[in-house]
Order: sequence, then structure tokens, then C-alpha cells
Amino acid sequence: MDKIWPFHGGVHPPGNKSQSNQTTIVPMPVPPQLVLPVNQHIGAAAKAIVSVGDKVLKGQLIASAQGFVSANIHAPSSGTISAIEERILPHASALLGTCIVIDTDGADQWIEQKTHDVDALDTAQLLQIIQTAGITGLGGAGFPSAVKLQARQPITTLIINAAECEPYITADDRLMREHAQQVITGIGLLARILSQPKCIIGIEDNKPEAIEALTAAAKTAQGIEVRVIPTKYPSGGEKQLIEILTGKQVPHGGIPADIGLVCQNVGTVKAIADAILLSRPLISRTTTVTGKAAVNAGNYEVLIGTPVADLLAFAQVDLNRTSRLVMGGPMMGFTLQDPDVPIIKSTNCILAAADLELAPVADHHACIRCGQCEVACPAELLPQQLFWFAQAEEFEKAKNHNLSDCIECGACAWVCPSEIPLVQYYRYAKGRVKSLKEEAQMAEQARIRFESREQRLVDEKLAKEEKRKARAEAAAAAQAAKRAANPDEQDPVAAALARVNKQKLEQQQAAPIEAYSDAPKSPEEEYKALKTAAAITRTKLKKTSKALQNAQSTGHEQVDALQASLAELTAKADAAQTALKAYEDKLGLDPEYEKQLLVTVAKTNAVVRKLEKSLSTAEDAASVEAEIALAKTVHAAANLALSNYQTNPTANTAAVQES
Amino acid sequence: MALLNLSSPHHHSRNKTSRLMAWVLLATLPGFAVQTYFYGYGTLINLVWLSLLAVGFEALTLRLRKRPIRPFITDGSAIVTAFLLALAIPPFSPWWLGLVAVLFAIVFAKHLYGGLGSNPFNPAMVGYALCLIAFPVAMTQWAGTEVHLSFAQQWQWFWTETLANNANQGIDAWAQATALDIMRHPKGLTLTELAATKPALNLSLNASSWVNLGFLLGGLGLLALRIFTWHAPVAMIGTLAVCAGLFHMGEPDLYPSASQHLLSGATMLSAFFIVTDPVTGATSRKGKLIFGAGVGVLVFIIRTYGSYPDAFAFAILLMNLSAPLIDTYTQPKAYGHKAKGDQ
Repeated sequence: MDKIWPFHGGVHPPGNKSQSNQTTIVPMPVPPQLVLPVNQHIGAAAKAIVSVGDKVLKGQLIASAQGFVSANIHAPSSGTISAIEERILPHASALLGTCIVIDTDGADQWIEQKTHDVDALDTAQLLQIIQTAGITGLGGAGFPSAVKLQARQPITTLIINAAECEPYITADDRLMREHAQQVITGIGLLARILSQPKCIIGIEDNKPEAIEALTAAAKTAQGIEVRVIPTKYPSGGEKQLIEILTGKQVPHGGIPADIGLVCQNVGTVKAIADAILLSRPLISRTTTVTGKAAVNAGNYEVLIGTPVADLLAFAQVDLNRTSRLVMGGPMMGFTLQDPDVPIIKSTNCILAAADLELAPVADHHACIRCGQCEVACPAELLPQQLFWFAQAEEFEKAKNHNLSDCIECGACAWVCPSEIPLVQYYRYAKGRVKSLKEEAQMAEQARIRFESREQRLVDEKLAKEEKRKARAEAAAAAQAAKRAANPDEQDPVAAALARVNKQKLEQQQAAPIEAYSDAPKSPEEEYKALKTAAAITRTKLKKTSKALQNAQSTGHEQVDALQASLAELTAKADAAQTALKAYEDKLGLDPEYEKQLLVTVAKTNAVVRKLEKSLSTAEDAASVEAEIALAKTVHAAANLALSNYQTNPTANTAAVQES
Repeated sequence: MALLNLSSPHHHSRNKTSRLMAWVLLATLPGFAVQTYFYGYGTLINLVWLSLLAVGFEALTLRLRKRPIRPFITDGSAIVTAFLLALAIPPFSPWWLGLVAVLFAIVFAKHLYGGLGSNPFNPAMVGYALCLIAFPVAMTQWAGTEVHLSFAQQWQWFWTETLANNANQGIDAWAQATALDIMRHPKGLTLTELAATKPALNLSLNASSWVNLGFLLGGLGLLALRIFTWHAPVAMIGTLAVCAGLFHMGEPDLYPSASQHLLSGATMLSAFFIVTDPVTGATSRKGKLIFGAGVGVLVFIIRTYGSYPDAFAFAILLMNLSAPLIDTYTQPKAYGHKAKGDQ
């Protein structure tokens, strides 16, 4: 079963591998200074656990992993920590980042090493060793290896990426030729961790020596298959290699483990074997130095943290001849401006290109949508459309055309006849999509905050209203209960209304007759009606003025309307009061007098009560009793006067006044 | 040496637009040679005249648009437009016909829409369609293949529209309708009767077959060089053949056969040189299939029921109009995405 599946697209740039793969890997001597960024991997930066001035030994942990996706960093050689400071990182944007700087002492003295009885180790212990050794993917992306190996899904196939499809780079090629046995052993260890899946090494057919070495070494192990694939860039892309070897595609937004696969770079596998068998943390790697400006192009075993400039000097690179210094390959690498940045765990190549060795800077022409990029795109996108969308800043459309699936392999830009730097447009668009998303999220948060505040205010208002309603209902209920308990007692307002209504009805019914009879109403009835009217208008007036006050204090919009109706009601109330007064005058009524009478009755009653109370404690009971009798007489007289007035208010004004 | 700071990839295939255009120009040569063999030097004169005009108008418009002239002139796209127009218009065209066609193609259809890459309509087809509507007589004057004018005669006709030793006779004496025209106006005769009574039909069919085969040859060359993919031309030729074949099977006396359709008029020139225009066509593979098939159907309909002898300019312009819509609905499935309906 050595079927090869095709993948869409791909290009055939000149390999340029023979410049650097002819000689064995040369160990580079310890440089005077090592610079170790605390973040050399995907995930959280490690945390420095040493301080300036500390002496460290080779292999000593100097920065510890923080969180699940992170990686330890060890001192690649012995020496003194001379600084922990911000330095320029080997990054496309020359970002600054925390670096631990070691001034090496040249002794290259190892820390005491723990040895393992490898056969006795279980999966968790093996993973622990890989994790402790700070191993990350050496193929370029730098993902912590232990995390990748702790798949939650069962793994059916372990894929070893030995394609090395980027032109110029030969680090894996040389490593496989020289360390095939260690690679195969490493694969065996990984297979143990992953419960013995099928193991396939995918290698491009442009590395016959490496294929031979691996095939020979693989015979010593069980279930490891070396599968030779045609040379086509980017067959070494994880997703592409998976498709080539299994015919399956990693689902959009997913990881290989979702379809039961784990993919590891061949260099990483060797590093894992070194960690488990030799107790050697990841402190060095094989890096290719190549390009026409490199006199001694080849592969070097370099300590992590070695400044690029030192490596270039060792490989006799003529920096004066170098027009472009690329970290990584010509298709996906990034240019360095500062050769003092360090080699990190993921640095597989330094390409010192002489003038005109790589494509010269060209003015790009208009896109004619020739579609050659689409033919070349391994992600099966429409690069020509993505370009137009990126150019027009139509990021939503770019997103809908699966911009996020672009792996930035550069195949589109490689074939573009108009020499448009397409990948740069996609990176720009990706960056903008990301920042727009962040902006949108912030706007969304602000919106939610604002809306919840508005909602809270509305809720408070509603709650107030509810309370008010509840109170009103309780009062009404109490009233109703009162009425139910005492059905004879009529609600005075309802009774008055009923009376008024009844009167109105009677008037209407009587109206035709009235026209002839013109029967006058009794003065008492008329007086009562006027009183009721005056009372109603007064109540309304009070309510309205209260509402107006409320409205004015809350700044309600109905203030004007309320003011108008208040004025109207005031006039009405005045009119009603005047009418009542006029009627009283006409009848000779005196409400003030009635009030006086009422007050007198109440007062005399109070006096009687008081005296009666004091009787029990009084010493002179007889005199008190006399006083009570007098007071009772006064009270009776007052009562009489009042009842007289009430029964016939018009007749006896004068009579009562006398008394 | 200062280190360059550039974005990846740092290498390039050295593939160039001008190289693509050069291949396209080269690929027109077999068809051009056959056309010259059958119809005389008219096509050659057109080719040179239109190319000069195209470069002139291109430079002028670039200057007016304040764009760099050199890189755009050297991309060769203007000359491709000129070549396609020169091969499409009749060999017996006067100088002003080509002038109008190129003026409209380069200045209006191309540069007013933003220049190379931004034009929604194929410039050559816009120029052709304009002339076909404005000067229908001049645009349908194809000489009979038995008429052989010397270069001098052709040159004279080109500038003056008269012929010195043919002063009394107008163009009607030697101009002839093309095969498609004859078949479109059978005057009550069946196609078999037409073939028997009109020797010009057979001659014209014969000539146009060879011309079409010439363009087919060039087109296959471009296909082999992967200048374009097979989708659009195959879809167009296939659809046209199917439509024509079906109708011909039903009424062989009324409808020309599929091979007559494929080998007459501008079928092959359009299929390989105009339908394949990437700027104005659909862009995805599926889109190109739809685009090509659309042109095929429209050509058949217009040839059969329309009032113009050939239909490519209109069919292509109509499909140019639909290309953005086709693109919207034919986005291919990207890596790792599920195919439609595949859950």
C-alpha cells in the first residue's frame, strides 16, 4: 500500500539543493554569546527562571513553560547570564522581545544528566520527557511537540514529514542521511506514545541518499513505511503531505488529529529521540547556510541562540555580496535586516542570496486574472479574486473566499505573470480582518454595555410603575373589602356620582315636561349638586397640579399640556366655587357658620370627655361632676343648634346667632 | 550592501504577462496565414494598420491618464487586441473602419474602464460590435475566394475604396456573402439545394473551414503551453456542437450541421482567443465552463434566429456581462471544506 494521492496546485521552483547538501553536518563551535528569546514557539512565552549574574550549565533549564501550549528553554552552553532584556527577534517585522543572554565560558560544561530506563517508561513519562526537553516542531512553525502528541482522538497514522519541499534547504536531507537510525528509533518512541499507529515517512524523490538511508534503517523496525512522493512545492506543507499520503483533507478549522493523524517533522523526531535516549534537551539544531554569498554553504549543527552573524561568519558568508538575507527558504522565509538576531528552534535555513540570485524587485503589473495562481494554489482558493478583494479592501468578500485557508506558501506569487506580491496582499488582508474583528468585538461589547444600561434604567422605571400600580390596586382592594364588609355604607364618591348621574337622567327625562311645568328643584338638592360640583373640580385641580409638579421635576414632555389643563381646571374650580357661593348668598346660607357650629360641638364634646376622665382621679369629685353637668348642657345646646341649622339652614340663622 | 526587506516569496518563475501575450500573438499566425491565402493581403494590411493604431491609442491614453507608458506598451495587450480585431473584420475593410474599431476598443472599452485588467468587456469585441452596428455593409464585405487582388490593388482599395482598373464596377461585383450569410437566407431553398445552386457557398465553407482549422491549431498550441485552461473553449465548442447537432438531426434541410457551425465564421478564433480572455471571462474552472457554454448557446441562437450573420461579438459581450455573477456562484471548494451537499 504505497499509494500517492495528488494535491491541487503546486509549483516546481528550481531546487537549488546541491549547493548545501554535499557536505556532512559541521558542528559549529560555541559562540561567545548566546541570545535566547523566551518565546521561540507557538503559544505562551516561557518565563525566565534565572537572573542576571547567575552561572548556568549546559542543558540547565533557564526559562520554564507557561501554560499548556508553551515550551521550556535550556541553556545551550555553560556560562553567565549577562542580561535579560528586550532584543530584536528573528521575526518578519523585527519585533522586540525578551531574551536571555548568556556569555559563554567556553567550558561547555553539562549539567548533571538524568538517565532513563527507556524500556520501562510509560506513555505519560515519555511525554513528560518530551515536554521537559522543550521540544517544538523544527520544521518551521515551532508548535510544542508534546501538545501535539497528546491527542484526544485515537491516532491511526503517524506521518513523518521528510518532504523538505522548500528550495535551498537541506537540513532534513543531511540529518536523514547521517542520523537515519536515530530518526527511526524516534519514530518507534512516538509510535509507543500514540499506541502503535501506522507510521509513514513522506519524502520527496529529490533526496535519493536520504531515502536509501531511511529505508535501510526502517528495516530494523516494525511498521514504518518510507513513501517516496514526487517533488512539488509545497508537498511538505502539513495539510498537503497529509493529502498526498492519505487522500484525506484536514477539515477547515480543524487539526490533523480530527481525522486520526499526527504529523511530525523528521528533525523533531530526531530531537525527541535525543531527549529520551540521551537526556538531551533541545539546545541545538541543524541549520542550512546557503546562497551564492556563502562560500562554505552547507549544514551546521548550531546551538540555539547563536547570532546569525556568527553562523554566517563561520560559513564564510560575504555579507558585502549579500543583497538579501532570508531566514527560512525562498518561498516562505522572511528577510532579516539585522544579522545579530539569534538562530532559534525553528530556524532551518539562512539564505544569503547574492544580487540577482533571487527575483529582483519588480514593479508589478495589473492583474489580468489569467488564473495561473488558481492553478497553482494548493489550498484550492481563487487567489486572483482574493487579490482584488484585498486591493479594494473588501475584507468581508475576502473572508467569504476563504482567505483564512491561505497557507501563504507563495505558489501564486511564484507563477504570477504580473509579478504581483500576492502573499503580501493576503497577509495585509488577514491582518485587517483580524483587527476589524477585534474592533467589531470591542464595538459589540460597548453596545452590550450601553444597551444593558438602558435596559436597567427602563427596568427601574417599570419597577417603580409596578410598585405604584400594586399600591393603587391594594388600596382599591382594601376599599372593596371595606365595602364588602359593610355593604350598606356607600362609597361617598361613587354615591355622589350615582346621584349626579341619576339627577342627569331625571333631568333629561324631565326636560320635555320641565319646558311646560318649569318645576323648580328643591333648594336643598340644588345646593348639594353645587357642592358636589365644587368638590369634584377641586379634587381634579389638586390632582392636575400634583401631576404638573411631577412632570416639571422629571422634565416630562407633557408639561405644557398639563399646564394648559391646570389653567382650565383652575377656571372651572373658581366658577364652581363662585356658583356655590352665589347660591349660598342667595339662600342666606353660611357655611362658615356651620363650621363654627361643628367646631363648637366637637369642642364641647371634648371638654365633657376630659372631665369624665379626670373624675376618676379627682379629689373633689362633686365639683367635677357639676362641671361635667354644665359641659354636657353646653354640648347639648351646641348639638341642637347644629341639627337645627342642618335641618333648616335658611330659617334659623338669626335664632341660633342669639344663642 | 544594504539588505533588502521584502515579503516572501523571494523567488519568481520569471513568468511574464508580455510572454503570455507574445504566445497569443504567435498562436494567431496559422489562422492568419490561411486567411491571407484565401482572401488576399487585406488581412495583412489590417494587421499592421490596426497594430500601429492600437499602440498609438494605447500610448496616447496612458499619457492622458498619466500612467507610465513603457511598461504598459510592452505588455503587448494592445497588440493582441489589434490582432484579434484585424482577424475578425473583413479583409476588404477601408482604413477608417479599423480606425473606428481600434479607437473604440482601446480608448473606450479598455482605458475608460481602468485599463488592462479592469475592463469588463473584451475590447476587441466592443470595437467589432460597434462597427457591425454602425457600418453593417462594410463589416460584411467578404470577397469571394476566387477574387485575387494584388497587393497594390488591395492597398488602393484600402485607402480609396475604389479599384483603378475596375472603375465601373462597384464592390458588389466581387464581394460576396459568407457561408453563414447564405445559409441564413436560403430564399426558400433547402441547404442541399443551396449547395447545388450556389457554388460560392461551398467555396466559402471550404475557405472558412481552413481558416478555422488554422486558429484551432494555434489554440491547441496555447493550451499545450498552459496559457489558459481547456474549460472555456471546450465548453463553448461542445455546447455549440450539441445545439447545432440536435437541430440538424431534426431538420437537416434547414439547420447547418455541427461541423459547419464549428468550421465557419469566427468559431475557432473566438473559442481560443476571445472566450479565453481571462480579464473579461469567468475566473474559476467551473465558471469558465458555464461562461463557455453560455457563449456556445448564445452563438447558436443568434446565428439561427438573429439578424446578424455571425454572433460572437454579441454572445461574448453578453457573457462578459454575466461573468461577475457566474464568479459569485462558482467559487470552488477550498481545501478542507466540505463539498456542497456533502455533510
